[in-house]
Amino acid sequence: MNEMESILVVNNLQTSFGTEAGEVRAVDGVSFTVPKGKTIGIVGESGSGKSITSLSILRLLASNGKTKGGEVLFKGKDLLKLSEKAMREIRGNQISMIFQEPMTSLNPVYTVGQQISETIKIHKKLGNKEAMSQSVEMLKLVGIPSPEKRVKQYPHELSGGMRQRVMIAMALACDPEILIADEPTTALDVTIQAQILELIKDLQNRLGMSVIMITHDLGVVAETCDYVAVMYAGQVVEYSDVRTLFKNPKHPYTLGLLNSLPRHDVDQEKLIPIKGMVPSPHEMPVGCRFAPRCPVATELCHKKQPDLLSTGGDNSEQIRCWMYSEEWDGESEVTLYGEKRTVKG
Amino acid sequence: MAKKELLKVEGLKQYFPIKGGFLGRTVNHVKAVDDISFTIYEGETVSIVGESGCGKSTTGRAILRLEEPTDGSVVFQGTDITKIPKGEMRKFRKDLQIIFQDPYASINPRQTVASVLSEAMHIQNVLPPDQRRARIEQLLETVGLRPYQADRYPHEFSGGQRQRIGIARALSVDPKLIICDEAVSALDVSIQAQVLNLLEELQDEYGLTYLFISHDLGVVRHISDRIIVMYLGKIVEIADKNSLFENPQHPYTKALLSAIPVPDPDAVKSRIVLKGDVPSPIDPPQGCRFHTRCPFATDKCRTEEPVLRTSDIMKDTHEAACHYMEEISAGKMTPNY
Ligand SMILES: Nc1ncnc2c1ncn2[C@@H]1O[C@H](COP(=O)(O)OP(=O)(O)OP(=O)(O)O)[C@@H](O)[C@H]1O
Ligand SMILES: Nc1ncnc2c1ncn2[C@@H]1O[C@H](COP(=O)(O)OP(=O)(O)OP(=O)(O)O)[C@@H](O)[C@H]1O
Ligand code: SF4
Ligand code: SF4
Ligand SMILES: [Mg+2]
Ligand SMILES: [Mg+2]
Repeated sequence: MNEMESILVVNNLQTSFGTEAGEVRAVDGVSFTVPKGKTIGIVGESGSGKSITSLSILRLLASNGKTKGGEVLFKGKDLLKLSEKAMREIRGNQISMIFQEPMTSLNPVYTVGQQISETIKIHKKLGNKEAMSQSVEMLKLVGIPSPEKRVKQYPHELSGGMRQRVMIAMALACDPEILIADEPTTALDVTIQAQILELIKDLQNRLGMSVIMITHDLGVVAETCDYVAVMYAGQVVEYSDVRTLFKNPKHPYTLGLLNSLPRHDVDQEKLIPIKGMVPSPHEMPVGCRFAPRCPVATELCHKKQPDLLSTGGDNSEQIRCWMYSEEWDGESEVTLYGEKRTVKG
Repeated sequence: MAKKELLKVEGLKQYFPIKGGFLGRTVNHVKAVDDISFTIYEGETVSIVGESGCGKSTTGRAILRLEEPTDGSVVFQGTDITKIPKGEMRKFRKDLQIIFQDPYASINPRQTVASVLSEAMHIQNVLPPDQRRARIEQLLETVGLRPYQADRYPHEFSGGQRQRIGIARALSVDPKLIICDEAVSALDVSIQAQVLNLLEELQDEYGLTYLFISHDLGVVRHISDRIIVMYLGKIVEIADKNSLFENPQHPYTKALLSAIPVPDPDAVKSRIVLKGDVPSPIDPPQGCRFHTRCPFATDKCRTEEPVLRTSDIMKDTHEAACHYMEEISAGKMTPNY
C-alpha cells in the first residue's frame, strides 16, 4: 500500500453515546485507510458500528453522540479538528454520502429537479437555470430515462431503484472525492441492486472518486471492494485486500461469517454458525470482544483485549486477535469452507 | 420411495380490488397471484422465490385462507380447504402453521413466552392444561432456548431468539406443514445459520414439510428440495434445486441468478443486467409478463401467454414458461440488451 496514495486515513476512532443506561461505546478503535480511487468496504453485522463510523467521519452524529478520540485524516487534514464552517465545506463538496433508505433523505414536497439543483446551487454557486440543466445532466448520468420529464416529478412518483439513482445523482452533483454509500442497495431487489452497483462502479471509473461501501452483504463486498474492514462490536477486527479476506481470512470472526453464509453459487453440506450472539453494548467483554463466541479462545483472550496489529510489512493487513501474537499458546487450527487449516501467521 | 402428496394448489388466484371514484366502486384489481398450480410432497422443502411484489406472501396467505382466494383450490391431504366453511378451518390451522419475518410483531408484548405458547395449544386443544407447562419447557429446549426463559417477555429476546420462539409456537400444535415467510431474512448471517440449521434438524426429527418463502437465493439453495420462481403473480419456472441452479431455462430465472453478487472475488461473472423495473400487477403486460424486460422478446411474446412445460433440454420434473427456451438454449436467439 506504500506506493498507493491514500485520501482518507481513519485512526483509532472512538465514538460514544450518552444513554439512560450509561455510556455506549458504539465505535471503539476503528482504523482503516481509503486509497485514492479505490473502494473500501466496511462489513459487519447489525449494530457493529458501521453507520456510526461513517457519521463520525462526516461529523453528523445525533446530539447524544460524541467522537472522543482518534483522527480522521482527509488529505492529511484532521476533520475532527475543523471548525463547523470548514466541515460544511467538506460535506457534500468533497465527501458526500448516500443513505440506505432514500425516502428519508428526499424531501417529499419538492420535485427531484428542485432538490438536485438546490445542492448544485449551494456547492457550485450557479443560478437557477444552469443548476436545473445540470440536474438533467446528472439524471442522465445515473441512467434515468427521459430526465427532462423526471426532474419535474416528486419522489413518491418514482420506483425504489429510481429514487436510489436520484440519491446518487444528488451525492455526485458536486464531484466529491469520496462517496460514502451506507447500504445503498439493501432495500432493493437483486436485479435493481445489480443496476445500482454497476452504476456506482462505472461512475467511479469515470470520475475517479474513492468509495466507502458500507454493507452487511459479503457478496457485495467481493464484487465491488478493493479493500475491506471487518467490524465486530464497534471495532475493526480485520483489514485486508479483498482477495486475502475471502481466500485467506485470518480473524476467527471473519472465518465464522464466511462459514455461516449460505451461498447460491456452490453446494454446501452444512452451515457452521457462530455460537451465541453479539454482546450488548452495556456488557462488553473485558478481553477480546469475540471471546465468548470464539471457538479457539484462551484464558488470555478472556482477560486482555488484543490490539489491531499489522501482520504484513506495511499496513495492508491488520488483525485484532491474539492468535497472531508472540504470546499465543492456544490451538492454531480453524475451519474454513468445511476444511481444516492452520492460520497462525 | 413413493412421494406422498401433502398439499396441491390448483389454479390459485388472488385479486385485490382497487376502489375508486366517489362511489368507492371497484375500478380495477391487483392481480397479486394469477392462476398458479403446484404440489408439495410430504417431508420436502419447497421454496418460492422472486422479487418484491411478485406474490410470494400472498400465495402463502391464500393457502391458509388468511385472505379468501379469488379462485382455485388448495387440497390438503385430500380436502379442498377453500371449499369448507370458515369455522372448520381451525382444524386445519393446526396442521398448517406459518412463521413470519418477526413473529413477535403480531404478538401482545405483555404476554410471556409461556402464555404465547399455551394460548396456541389452548386454541388447538392440544394436551390437557396440566401437561402444557412441561411441553412448553421441552419446546423451548428443542429450539435452543432455556426452560427458565418461558416467563420472559418478547422485548427481552434478541431477533434470533424471537425467531426461535416463533418456531416453538408453530411446533407447539404438531403441524404437518410450516410456511416460513421470510423467516430468516431479518437475521444477521451468524444467527441466520443457527436458525436454518435448527429448521433442518426439526424437519429430520419430526418429518415436517416446509413451504419456504424468501428472496435470498443463497438461503433457498441451502434449504430447498424444489424451487418455484415467480414473476408478477405467475410461476415462470419450477424445478428441483440442482436443475434450477445448474440448468435454469427461463430468461428471468437466468437474470435473477446472475444478478446475485457472489462472495468470491475470483468468480467469473457474466451478468445479465435487466432493463427497467418490474411492471405493475394492476395492468400486467399482455402475453408473457416478462416481455417488457426480456432480452429475447418477440411479437409472439407480446400477445401469447407461454404455459409451464417441460422439454428435452431439461429433466421431466423441471418446467418453465417461455415460448423459446429450446431456441435460446441452442443459441439460436440473439439477445437484445
Ligand atoms: N443515537 C444513539 N444513541 C445510543 N446508541 C446509539 C445511537 N445510534 C447508534 N447507537 C448504537 O451504536 C451501535 C452501532 O450502531 P450503527 O448504527 O453504527 O450499527 P450498524 O453497524 O450500522 O448496524 P446496521 O447494520 O443495523 O445498520 C449500536 O449498538 C446502536 O444501538
Ligand atoms: N391486501 C392487499 N390489498 C391490495 N394489494 C395487495 C394486498 N396484499 C398484497 N397486495 C399486492 O399484491 C402484490 C403481491 O404482494 P406480496 O406481498 O404477495 O409480494 P411478495 O412477493 O411477498 O413481496 P415481498 O418480497 O416484498 O414480501 C403486490 O403488488 C402487493 O402490493
Ligand atoms: S483474540 Fe482470542 S478470542 Fe479473540 S478472536 Fe482471537 S483467538 Fe478468538
Ligand atoms: S416467452 Fe418471450 S418474453 Fe417471455 S421469457 Fe420467453 S422469450 Fe422472454
Ligand atoms: Mg447501519
Ligand atoms: Mg412477502
